[in-house]
Amino acid sequence: MTTDIANNNRTTPDYNYDIVKLFVLATIFWGVVGMSVGLFIALQMAFPVLNVEPYLTFGRLRPLHTSGVIFAFGGSALFATSYYVVQRTCRVRLWSDKLSLFTFWGYQLFILMAALGYVTGVTQGKEYAEPEWYADLWLTVVWVVYLLVFMMTIFKRKEPHLYVANWFFLAFIITVAVLHLGNGLALPVDWRFGKSYSAFAGVQSAMIQWWYGHNAVGFFLTAGFLGMVYYFVPKRAERPVYSYRLSIVHFWSLIFIYIWAGPHHLHYTALPDWAQTLGMTFSIMLWMPSWGGMINGMMTLSGAWDKLRKDPVLRFMIVALAFYGMSTFEGPLMSIRAVNSLSHYTDWTIGHVHSGALGWVGFITFGCLYYLVPKLWKREEVYSLKLVNLHLWVATLGIVLYITAMWVSGIMQGLMWRSYNDLGFLNFSFVESVMAMHPFYLIRALGGLLFLSGALIMSYNFYRTIKGDVAEGEVDKDGNPRQAVNTSKNAQLQAAE
Amino acid sequence: MSENNEHNTEKEIDKLTGVETTGHEWDGLKELNNPLPRWWLWVFYACCLWAFGYFIVYPAWPVIGGATKGTSGYTQYKELRASQDEIIKLQREYLDRFEKASFEEILQDPALYAFANAGGASAFKDNCATCHGTGAQGGLGYPNLNDDDWLWGGHVDEIYTTILHGIRSGDIDGHVSQMPAFGKEKILTSHEINEVVDYVLALSGNDHKGSNDHKGSDDISMMPGQKTFKQNCASCHGADGKGDKQFGAPNLTDAIWLYGGDHHDVYKTVYNARSGVMPAWKTRLDDNTIRQLTVYLHELGGGQVDEIETDHAMEGDVAIPSVEEAAEMVAETVIDAVEPQTVEEDIPVEEIGDEQ
Repeated sequence: MTTDIANNNRTTPDYNYDIVKLFVLATIFWGVVGMSVGLFIALQMAFPVLNVEPYLTFGRLRPLHTSGVIFAFGGSALFATSYYVVQRTCRVRLWSDKLSLFTFWGYQLFILMAALGYVTGVTQGKEYAEPEWYADLWLTVVWVVYLLVFMMTIFKRKEPHLYVANWFFLAFIITVAVLHLGNGLALPVDWRFGKSYSAFAGVQSAMIQWWYGHNAVGFFLTAGFLGMVYYFVPKRAERPVYSYRLSIVHFWSLIFIYIWAGPHHLHYTALPDWAQTLGMTFSIMLWMPSWGGMINGMMTLSGAWDKLRKDPVLRFMIVALAFYGMSTFEGPLMSIRAVNSLSHYTDWTIGHVHSGALGWVGFITFGCLYYLVPKLWKREEVYSLKLVNLHLWVATLGIVLYITAMWVSGIMQGLMWRSYNDLGFLNFSFVESVMAMHPFYLIRALGGLLFLSGALIMSYNFYRTIKGDVAEGEVDKDGNPRQAVNTSKNAQLQAAE
Repeated sequence: MSENNEHNTEKEIDKLTGVETTGHEWDGLKELNNPLPRWWLWVFYACCLWAFGYFIVYPAWPVIGGATKGTSGYTQYKELRASQDEIIKLQREYLDRFEKASFEEILQDPALYAFANAGGASAFKDNCATCHGTGAQGGLGYPNLNDDDWLWGGHVDEIYTTILHGIRSGDIDGHVSQMPAFGKEKILTSHEINEVVDYVLALSGNDHKGSNDHKGSDDISMMPGQKTFKQNCASCHGADGKGDKQFGAPNLTDAIWLYGGDHHDVYKTVYNARSGVMPAWKTRLDDNTIRQLTVYLHELGGGQVDEIETDHAMEGDVAIPSVEEAAEMVAETVIDAVEPQTVEEDIPVEEIGDEQ
């Protein structure tokens, strides 16, 4: 694309930060809500008596949790960061303030519609795509406007090239639109209770569902969040991105290969063997393209690793990349048919998902928020980097407890189910495997509690940051001491005077 | 993305790493021109190579009229078959004999007996434990199968019939009997019921404080409930209250109470009557499994035998898990069994609103 060089001056345009602020606040709010519901349903698994019929049963709260953290928390974070990054790297204000504001309220309305549906029992019953047709249609409108705002901002950019983060955001927005439309095809049959029937049936329905489900992970939770990595990691580290070539190769290989990997969710089902093979082999081929993002993110610190010692925000981002690397190795491993025959339907899957969700999506979001909030509210730094560090360790401990508990209980479940004795009879019944999981459910809930506590520490930190406070005894990310500020006290002093 | 783009800003050498940048800049962000990491590229190639090898060996690509078969001829049905064959191989030695043997023969053959017990224990936990508990300890409304108190008979043939056809299951050969709801159907007054409950509790030696005038009397025959019992209950439960397996009528003189044994519980039972249901398993399990369950339950209940003498002491060269081991396993499960309070949720719905 050619750009008018005359416009290519170095003045900073008046960026639209208001919309970014709104989405940042929504991210924090939905994060706390979604994680709280997660903790509650984890406790329901350990103590079934906590299921309150009919609205607060596990079956209804589970989609509330998954949608709450993926679409409400993660989605708001993606909106916030993509709107911030596209403006700054295109050096132009968002194309339309009104339409971007529409995407905010429209998206929040969608979340509300979906959540109300879940607890009242209105659901398509499709994992990660539970909202019924009326909410789906509304989301389609919001998403098309999002795409429009993002694309038009890119079209009117003042930079000659398109920064790599924007490729990832664009791939995320477009592919999610395609996935949503494909999987959501349904015939509404009831206008009062929002009932519809999917356009697909049988194994085709399952295949479409996991084409959607897997690529929701691939494009919502991976591509979009890699977009964050490509902006916020080099920004915070104040270092150039490690390899331009790697970014191109891993972007295109990731995009091309990911979309085929869905069938590995349907090993040993009615799905034909050939489709299972394709899903599995493409998952294996996906390993390195996934790791390209981790390498590029981590190696951006090459020559400046010492920054990790001082800066807990950067540490958040790098730990996120480490969890990303671990999950994207574990994923291909679990897609291998033989491994899958053990892991499928067990808690191992839950552990895998959460090492990605808590470790990767959660941590990279926290890292970006810690960078963004002071920038948006014009503060030098967050209220307290010490609290950031505390958040990091509390949350990391939570994740470690969570995923190790799920590994152990998942593998135990898988082994119990397949164990038979010398006479060819099963050694354990299903209920015995459930009883054996109880202690691990407790550990998992404890892990979730710690992770939620971390998010609450963060919320407090942001509250004080936005207020304009600086904690006592703080140093900035380069180790220089900072002047403590307490706006409430200052106000009292002024009043006293 | 050529490097000679006319809009390029100046390329520079990064001081910390000595690597050239691409010359582009966005919001202060630059990119180094590092090559692809070698190991990354080779591992990627290796994964692709492995995938292509897999395409050749396994069914992989859709073609007109089906899909490529792969050189191995693999299908998941073949894999399933192979797994099933493993089980069949393990069981063949016993199963052939088991299928032909009568219960008497099974009870006398240590190897077959152990085989049947192992199969029964496994089938029990997946099918029966839902109601009877993982340790067969039962619960309110669901009989304990570890004791020797059998409602419909504890002989192997009787147990077999009960599992096969069920109780009030709708199966034409299933056990059917119905205790009258003495209170609800106004056969007895609540005063009479109180009296008969006292009498019944006294039969089993339970404390029988109640509404009668003979409180504290040791002479059961003097109790006013006796007459009511003889007229209304004895036809099924027997004049002595010891029950009758023909009607599935429980023995009322022991300490075992299926629906609770205090005055209030027994009152509710007499007032509303009870009619627990057990499904007919012949439609759900194959005959071998039902026969294994029969032997297992027979063993659990103490192995009631009338005509045949069996030698339960396992002797000889049996290399398979012994009955003792099986019994030990059962004992463990009993200990690990679900807490009794979960059982209370299983109380069948009953009408207690209009008592008194």
